[in-house]
Amino acid sequence: MAEQHNHQPPDRSRRQFLKYSGAAISGAVIGGVIGGAIAGGFKKKAPAPAPTPTTPGGQAAAVADYNQATMYFTQSQLQITQAAVERIFPKDDLGPGAAELGVAYYIDHQLASPWGINGREYRTGPYVKGEATQGDYQSIHRTEVFNLGLIAIQDASMKKYNNKFPDLADDQKDAILTLLEKGDIEVINGITGTSFFNLLRTLTLEGVYADPLYGGNKNMQGWKMRKYPGNQMSYTNIMEKAEFVTMEPMSLRDHIAH
Amino acid sequence: MATKMPKVPVVIVGMGWLGGIIAAELSKQGVKVVGLERGKPRATEDYYMVHDELRYAMRYDLMQDLSKETITFRNTSKMTALPMRSYGSFLLGEGLGGSGIHWNGQTFRFLPYDFEIHSKTVERYGKKKIPDGMLLQDWGITYDELEPYFYKFEEVAGISGEQEQTPMVGKRSKPFPTKPMLKTPILKMFEDATKKLGYHPYMMPSANLSEQYTNPDGITRAACQYCGYCERFGCEYGAKADPVVTVLPVANKTGNFELRPYSNVVEVLHDGKKASGVVYVNTVTGERYEQPADVVILASYVFNNVRLLLTSKLGKPYDPKTGKGVVGKNYCYQTNGGSATGFFDDKEFNLYAGAGSLGMEIPDFNGDNFDHTNLNFLHGAGIRISQTGQRPIATNPVPKGTPTWGAEFKKQSLKYANNTLTVSPQGSSLPWQHHYLDLDPTFKDAYGLPLMRITFDFEDQDREMIKFMASKTEEIMKEMNPTSIGVSNKLGPYNIVPYQSTHNTGGAIMGADPSTSVVNSYLQMWDAENVFVVGASAFPHNSGYNPTGTVGALAYRAVDGIAKYLKSGGMVV
Repeated sequence: MAEQHNHQPPDRSRRQFLKYSGAAISGAVIGGVIGGAIAGGFKKKAPAPAPTPTTPGGQAAAVADYNQATMYFTQSQLQITQAAVERIFPKDDLGPGAAELGVAYYIDHQLASPWGINGREYRTGPYVKGEATQGDYQSIHRTEVFNLGLIAIQDASMKKYNNKFPDLADDQKDAILTLLEKGDIEVINGITGTSFFNLLRTLTLEGVYADPLYGGNKNMQGWKMRKYPGNQMSYTNIMEKAEFVTMEPMSLRDHIAH
Repeated sequence: MATKMPKVPVVIVGMGWLGGIIAAELSKQGVKVVGLERGKPRATEDYYMVHDELRYAMRYDLMQDLSKETITFRNTSKMTALPMRSYGSFLLGEGLGGSGIHWNGQTFRFLPYDFEIHSKTVERYGKKKIPDGMLLQDWGITYDELEPYFYKFEEVAGISGEQEQTPMVGKRSKPFPTKPMLKTPILKMFEDATKKLGYHPYMMPSANLSEQYTNPDGITRAACQYCGYCERFGCEYGAKADPVVTVLPVANKTGNFELRPYSNVVEVLHDGKKASGVVYVNTVTGERYEQPADVVILASYVFNNVRLLLTSKLGKPYDPKTGKGVVGKNYCYQTNGGSATGFFDDKEFNLYAGAGSLGMEIPDFNGDNFDHTNLNFLHGAGIRISQTGQRPIATNPVPKGTPTWGAEFKKQSLKYANNTLTVSPQGSSLPWQHHYLDLDPTFKDAYGLPLMRITFDFEDQDREMIKFMASKTEEIMKEMNPTSIGVSNKLGPYNIVPYQSTHNTGGAIMGADPSTSVVNSYLQMWDAENVFVVGASAFPHNSGYNPTGTVGALAYRAVDGIAKYLKSGGMVV
C-alpha cells in the first residue's frame, strides 16, 4: 500500500525557494510557503530583482532563441500558422504581433504535448454527433484537426487567389480567415471552419499571454502590452490603492532557484 | 479476487473537504479511520510554480483525468446522452483535497429560508405558487439547528467576514473568526452604488485568510497575499483554506488515520440492510482490495457519491416517470447569467491583483428576501462584484460590436484589459421531476463501470429569474457610472461547453421522510444505517450561494451522527 506523502519535510526545492524569496519560515506555521514571514512584513524584505532570463544589456533579440524550432509542424505548417495568427493578433504601434511573440512555436509545442493528442480527455467511442449543447464529439486528435485545418486554409488560398496563404496580402489573408470563421470553408466532414478558427484564435491568445516558458509571449511582451505583471508573490500593499500600479512583470523563470 | 484487508471501524471514500473533516474529528475521538483517495497525495510545495494560467486554468492540471472517467449529459430524456469529452461547464477535482484544493474560498451560509423552502413558500404564497413538477422540499433540519456546525467549519477554516451582518442572512451565534478581506476601490464603488439604491452590501465571507490565524486545532496559517491565483489553482502560501492545510494534518497527528492514495473505490459491499465495506482498485498496480468496515462514508463529489450508490445497488433508484425512488433525484446546478459589464474608458484598476473570495454581495434578491407575489419565479440570486485576479488568457473583454480578432480586437482588448468591471448574479437552481442522475447505458469508465448520466436543462423559472436579475445588475452598474454597459439578460438551454460553475448538487438528498430522501439530517442512509453519504449530493435544491460553507456544516453534523452511531447503532434520528 502506498504511504501517505502529504506531510513531507521541506525538500531541496522548498529551501531554495525560501532562500530565493529572502524570507525565513516560522516553524509553527503549517503549509505556507513563507509562512509567518509574510505576516511579519514580506514586502519590506522583497525578493531581489529577478534575474532576467535573457542576456544582460537588452541584447536578447540578437541572441538565437533555441526554443524556436518545431516539435510537430513541418516548415510549411509553421509558416501558414505564423501567417494566420499574425492576422488574428497583428503587430501595430501598441506592440508586437503574434508572429514576433512566438505564437506559432507555442502552438507547435502545444500540439506536441499530451494536449495535442487529447491526452486527458475521454476517448472512448462511440463518437456520435449530438446537440450543440453536448460539446465536441470528434474522434480525431487535435494534431489531425490542425493538419486538416491548415490544408483547408492553403487550398482555399490557392483556389481564391492562386497563391499560398503565407504569400497573400494582408487583406487577402483576412478574407480567407473570415471565410473560415463563418464556416464557409469546411475542414473535413464534421469539422467546420468555424470550430478550427475558434481553436486557432484561442491558441493565439494563449500564445500571446501564457507564461513565456511555453514558447510564446516572448520576453513577456504580451504581458507588457496590457500591463499585466505576470507572476508576483504579493499584491497586499497595493490592494487599497486608488491609482493603477504598473510593475515590471515576472515570469515563472524568476522562481527557479539559481 | 480482491485481497481482504483487516477490518476497520470507519472507511471514507474520497479525501476532499468532507473526508478530511470526518477523518480529523473521528480520529481525534480515538476512532481508527482509513481514507481512500483515488488520486495522488498533495502538499503545499506542489504549488511553487502555480502562477501558471495555461497549465492550471486552461489545461486543468488539478482536475480529474477525463480519459479515465467523465459524465454523460443530455438536456432531456428524449436525447441520447453523450460523454463530456473535455472540460467545460464544471471542473471535477481529483487527488488529495479534491475540489477543495482548486476552489475560490467563497464561504457563505445558505439562508434559513433554504432549509425550510417548501414550508416557507407555502406559508407566504400558498401551495399554488409552486409549479407542477417542481420538487421543492424541506431539508429535514433548520438553519438554527445547523448554526453551530456552520460555525465549526468557519472556525477550522478561518473564514473572514464583517462582524455586523444584515438580518437578511442567517443570524450568527459568534462573529467570524477573522476580519474581512481588504476593501479595494472596486469594492467600494459597488458598496456605494448598492447603498445608494437602498441595498445591503457586505464583504464576501472568505476562506482566503485575511490575517494570520491559528484555529482551535492549533493549526497556524499565513495571510493571503492577493496574488490573483485561486480558482483552478492550489495556494502556495497555505492561506486559502483547503483540506491539506487544515483538517488532514490534524487527522495525521492522531495516529488513528491512514490515508491510502491511488485507491479508486468501485463498490460498496452490502446485504441490502447494512454495508460490510468497500472494494477498491489500486490505480497504480490494478490490484483489487476489499476493505471491511463497521461504517462506510461516501465523501466524494456529487457524481461519484450517487454513482457508487447506483452501481452498488444500494438504495432505491429514482424513476423520473413515476417520481418514485430517491437515488439520483433532485439534481440541481447553479443559474448564472444576467451580468452587467461596465467599461470605464478613463479609469484603470489593479484588476490583475485579487483573491478568490475578495468581493462584495447584496442579499436583497436572494432566497425569499424580496416579494415574489408578482414574479414568475421562486428563490433568487446573490448579486456580487468580485476581484479574483483577472488573468490575461481568459479575460479579454471588449465592448459589443468589436471584432473578435484582428487589429481592432487587439486595440480594444488592450484598452479594456484593466478597466472592465462586472456585476453578476449567482442564481439558485430548483429541483424538477425531470432533472436527475442515473447510470449511462452506453459509456463506461476505465474500470468498466457505467458513467453517471446527467439529464438537466434550464427552465422558464431560471429564464425569468435571470431576466429579473439582469435588470438589477444593470441598475447597479449604471450607478457605478461606466462609459458604456453590456448586459446579457437571456438564458439559453443548458450547454455543457462553456464554463459556468462547479456547484453541482443533489442526487442523494437529505430529508425527514425516507420516501422522498436518501439520507436523514445526519446524512445517514435510510436504507443502510451504517452508510453516510456526505456532500452537496445531500442538497434538496441549490441556493443562490456557493455551496462549500453549507457542505462543511453538514459534514460536521455528520460527524456527530457517525459518533452516535458508533456508540449505539441504529438510526440516529
